[in-house]
Amino acid sequence: MKAVVTVVGRDTVGILAKVSSSCVEHNANIIDVTQSVMKDIFSMVMLIDISDLSSDFSDLQNTLYALGDKIGMKIHVMHEDIFNSMHHI
Amino acid sequence: MLNTKDIFETIRMIDDENLDIRTTTMGISLLDCADSDIGRSCDKIYEKITRRAERLVPVGEELERMYGIPIINKRIAVTPIAMLTAVSGGDPVLYAKTLERAAQTVGVNFIGGYSALVQKGFSAGDLALMESIPEALAETEHICSSVNIGSTKAGINMDAVKIMGEVICRSAEVTSDRNCIGAAKLVVFCNAPEDNPFMAGAFHGAGEPDCVLNVGVSGPGVVRAALAKCPTENLTEIADVIKKTAFKITRMGQLIGTEASKRLGIPFGIIDLSLAPTPAVGDSVAHIIEEIGVEICGGHGTTAALAMLNDAVKKGGVMASSHVGGLSGAFIPVSEDAGMIAAAENGTLSIEKLEAMTSVCSVGLDMIVVPGDTPASTLSAIIADEAAIGMVNSKTTAVRLIPAIGKKAGEVLEFGGLLGTGPIMPLRNDVSSEKFINRGGRIPAPMQSLKN
Repeated sequence: MKAVVTVVGRDTVGILAKVSSSCVEHNANIIDVTQSVMKDIFSMVMLIDISDLSSDFSDLQNTLYALGDKIGMKIHVMHEDIFNSMHHI
Repeated sequence: MLNTKDIFETIRMIDDENLDIRTTTMGISLLDCADSDIGRSCDKIYEKITRRAERLVPVGEELERMYGIPIINKRIAVTPIAMLTAVSGGDPVLYAKTLERAAQTVGVNFIGGYSALVQKGFSAGDLALMESIPEALAETEHICSSVNIGSTKAGINMDAVKIMGEVICRSAEVTSDRNCIGAAKLVVFCNAPEDNPFMAGAFHGAGEPDCVLNVGVSGPGVVRAALAKCPTENLTEIADVIKKTAFKITRMGQLIGTEASKRLGIPFGIIDLSLAPTPAVGDSVAHIIEEIGVEICGGHGTTAALAMLNDAVKKGGVMASSHVGGLSGAFIPVSEDAGMIAAAENGTLSIEKLEAMTSVCSVGLDMIVVPGDTPASTLSAIIADEAAIGMVNSKTTAVRLIPAIGKKAGEVLEFGGLLGTGPIMPLRNDVSSEKFINRGGRIPAPMQSLKN
């Protein structure tokens, strides 16, 4: 099972590191990362494996949402199936 | 592989354009609860609903979190209560109170099915249930009621039409201290679908399985936002954009429906392909019509634009879903749609235009507030007109009118929440329909019913 983490907001130092370490905390394996910075706006999409989480998926979500609030970034953590079903036939 | 553009498109639809799953509705058959003793019948109903729907709300919440998409309503539809009243006799309001208790225990927004199907005539229990509707709706909060008074196959039961005009009046009167809310929970149908997940008209038909999950999707805001990017495209291209958008919206409903039914251990029934507006800014069907190019919804061209919208939504949705059913079409409830409210307030949108619009879309004259002194016979005549459109065109039509007791045309009735705000629309109150309604009898089924 995989989930998609998206992070959007003003670019600062260490965003990727903070998000990654939150994933590690819950034993979510990072499979792929794409990021870009346009006019100071940072956006990142991360694909993570959630098959062997050390906690519930909702705990991982709570950790990342709290991190988003703390560093002033908008973070979403959603199961990949929602994107697959919407955009792939 | 997923691409970034698609991912952000989905997130934008949810965050900025009000995309949501409007309802997951569990249909529960109560046929096995019927008992000649009404007390025992009520006990069995309470037990069955609370057992079957115990996990409906928690599962909905789990899925909301997992997929990041809001599921606005979790609801239940049950076997028309008139069928249980037929077996037990007694005061049907006892059933309403039992359903209310069950709704509160499982935490759903509404239970639909305080209903009777009388398109061809009344059987045991039907009349008692219809007469009890005002009291049942006044004494409960979460119960919705519907009565099917006509169909393409059966014609229109004009005796029932007459009664329902009076029932609507009484439902508003007995709740006049609460913005006449009783009438807002009551729908009169022609060709009522048996698997409709949307309130107030949901009930669980006799041909349905014991327990089933139906899903209603929504997304007028998403369609409008997609069209906003097409300022000069022609209508062929516009229809195509709507189709693609409807496909994406429906796929989301299919995913949630399949996953929820798996977790609840019940079969997945249907997806209702509907564009259901809410009073929220940006979530309006009227604004789609305006985006297509009619300056204000209700202006000339509205019916054509709506016909195209309705058809494109279905074409896009059908391929995205394994089973389609329910009402499936664009809704035009006046008080629940910011654009409709504005158009009605400035006089562009009239009840006559709305009636024309209902011939090309789902569902009917919905959430329309009318002057409080409207005679019951006029309400009945409106029901008959609307039912005739449904009967002849082999489609579902419905009437949900709210007489605003003590108020006149031009004033406003505030419901709040999803039910919104209703500007009181003027009717042709100077012309009586009383003689027509008092004739009673049955309008015979039209030629369209003879398909075999």
